[in-house]
Amino acid sequence: MTFEYAPAPESRSVVDIDANYGLFINGEFVDPVDGHHFKTINPATEEVLSDVAEAGQADVDAAVAAARRAYDKTWSKMSGKDRAKYIFRIARLIQERSRELAVLETLDNGKPIRESRDVDIPLVAAHFFYHAGWADKLEFAGYGPNPKPLGVAAQVIPWNFPLLMLAWKIAPALACGNTVVLKPAETTPLTALAFADICQQADLPPGVVNIVTGAGETGRMLVEHPDVHKVAFTGSTEVGKAIQRAVAGTNKKLTLELGGKAANIVFDDAPIDQAIEGIVNGIYFNQGHVCCAGSRLLLQESIAEEAIDALKRRLQTLRLGDPMDKNTDIGAINSRMQLNKIEELTKSGEDEGAERWSPNCPIPDKGFWFPPTVFTNVTQAHRIAREEIFGPVLSVLTFRTPEEAVEKANNTPFGLSTGIWTEKGSRILWMANKVRSGIVWANTFNRFDPSSPFGGYKESGFGREGGVQGLGAYLHVEDPS
Amino acid sequence: MSRVDVRKTHKLFIGGAFPRSESGRTYEVTDANGEFMANVAQASRKDARDAVLAARAAFAKWSTATAYNRGQVLYRIAEVMEGRRDQFASEVQQAEGLSARKAAQQVDAAIDRWVWYAGWADKYAQAIGNTNPVAGPFFNFSIPEPTGVVAAVAPQDYSILGLTSVVAPIITSGNAVIVMPSPSAPLPAITLAECLATSDVPGGVVNILTGAPAEVMPWLAEHGDVNALDLTGIVDDAVAADVERQAAGTVKRVRQPKPNANWDVTPTLSRIRNFTEIKTVWHPLGI
Repeated sequence: MTFEYAPAPESRSVVDIDANYGLFINGEFVDPVDGHHFKTINPATEEVLSDVAEAGQADVDAAVAAARRAYDKTWSKMSGKDRAKYIFRIARLIQERSRELAVLETLDNGKPIRESRDVDIPLVAAHFFYHAGWADKLEFAGYGPNPKPLGVAAQVIPWNFPLLMLAWKIAPALACGNTVVLKPAETTPLTALAFADICQQADLPPGVVNIVTGAGETGRMLVEHPDVHKVAFTGSTEVGKAIQRAVAGTNKKLTLELGGKAANIVFDDAPIDQAIEGIVNGIYFNQGHVCCAGSRLLLQESIAEEAIDALKRRLQTLRLGDPMDKNTDIGAINSRMQLNKIEELTKSGEDEGAERWSPNCPIPDKGFWFPPTVFTNVTQAHRIAREEIFGPVLSVLTFRTPEEAVEKANNTPFGLSTGIWTEKGSRILWMANKVRSGIVWANTFNRFDPSSPFGGYKESGFGREGGVQGLGAYLHVEDPS
Repeated sequence: MSRVDVRKTHKLFIGGAFPRSESGRTYEVTDANGEFMANVAQASRKDARDAVLAARAAFAKWSTATAYNRGQVLYRIAEVMEGRRDQFASEVQQAEGLSARKAAQQVDAAIDRWVWYAGWADKYAQAIGNTNPVAGPFFNFSIPEPTGVVAAVAPQDYSILGLTSVVAPIITSGNAVIVMPSPSAPLPAITLAECLATSDVPGGVVNILTGAPAEVMPWLAEHGDVNALDLTGIVDDAVAADVERQAAGTVKRVRQPKPNANWDVTPTLSRIRNFTEIKTVWHPLGI
């Protein structure tokens, strides 16, 4: 049975969205040189939220120049102790403004307020706190006695966790003494612009953080700029490859955090209710817009039927709808483009012979929506088992032995994350050893922590974000050979 | 009457065997004075593909050997090389035009470098891995694992020390390697292959392709079963950039060329680090 809930919408009065935004360059909001703007909308209502500047070449040049000046004159000369204090200030301001940031994130992205409030924004603050403390301790990080910053970091981030991805990029860059020019995704620029305001409140020296909004072309100009020495990208594998090609032959240090097609492996001894929650969290968290999502469910054959029934029962209780409602589980798909992609891939699943199922859930009239979907009778050759869908779509496969589970889990060009559900500790560690992925979650899924490095094997990218390993991406270490 | 000496045919080293190039090609190697030294096999695309197959097969076994075992195997390489010091020294001297003393010093340094890396096999994970104090009921740890199959170009100079300094860190962590030695001074590499073949290194862990890196590396850069490239010895920036661009097709890890490297000083851990992946495991805590 389904319990009826009264609507419990979060108030949007806590945010104050300007009608239009400029670019944040050298500590100030400035208009783009050629005057181009684009609209950012609320994907749950298609309401226009704001008109945002689209940075062209002259703007990118100005932002990189500002970052370079700030690097040469201020940030690289400042003591680690003082850098730390600025980053601590930012962390505190994020905590103080967390409600506003959560609402803004939900309006611009479409994710449920419950997630932006309880997951995204607390992790953002935690990320700045963790890295602030590194700024004056880098000689203890294992990169030699005198690690140095790289210079100006060009950072391009996706729309699925807008402010969290900003934190993953900016916090370690600043802690290591770099200055940054960051481009948020074109569909979710608003929290990055709010972050610019936080930098002003923190009295961060001008030019240390610059935010240039725009689409793919702006990103290309930024990563190809000759005066950046670090490129960090999170997004699709396709764009990641283009960026790797673009920086080939330069001395830019590159880290890529790309797509995934994670196996979530459930053994017959797993506590089934807990595993079902983990499966749901693994693929329906954030509408499946998660690079490490558990999009391939591998069920041990003996429990497959029981688990699929339990999963379907659970999915019938998920609430899809207004992301601002505190009871909502599934929010809006971030954009029409992404919705089209999900629809195309799910259609291929049906065409190729897999069996499609969704709970009966009403879809709002306006906005972009996709119901939680499960495909059974999936083979490893199906596109829905090979390609990243980046939506609330689960492909179910089965296995008999742990060896077969490993074989199937690794049968992908990706290697970002894996889930393992079993009561047996030795099996967890045996499986963890065998799977080729950067993250292994045992009896849990989609956990993140600033002290825990995140990143992929194979075509899921290279380099790590978070933890002591993440610092390596932003440090120059003298190497005689 | 003086004895007629027995001359060696210099071949490739793939999967623990010494095949000729599938292409049947060879090229002439001369000493530092331009005098003919030997005909050496010139590896082709097919040889490169064979080497990748051998390396991938060897990776499964080598990467799951215990760290203690890998350390002992690497130390064994040093032991076997020690017995061939004179041969290495004369080949290095002839190829690079060094004094006998300089050549012998380079060989000794190379043997010592194998010993140095042998000792790292069961320690590097402690130096670059760790536990993470996450805010939740989990035991969270990060460990380095070998990245897979690595294709490498050894430096043009330092024909044995440079080659050793490139190959040893790649295999210390459990990777398998396909390496192209200095095209102008390949004989020490072929002698190294003979040492590897007799020192318990499983066939396919190290594969040595003599020939032209500019010809062979692009094939390896676009090969779907190669995980990483070490371009240390590529001297032409345009070739390096080209190879890097091809590597992007399968998101390979790339270590860039290192002109003017100082091979005589103790290395850092960066070479081991570059060819390992950090895996982070969240293990639940509970009763």
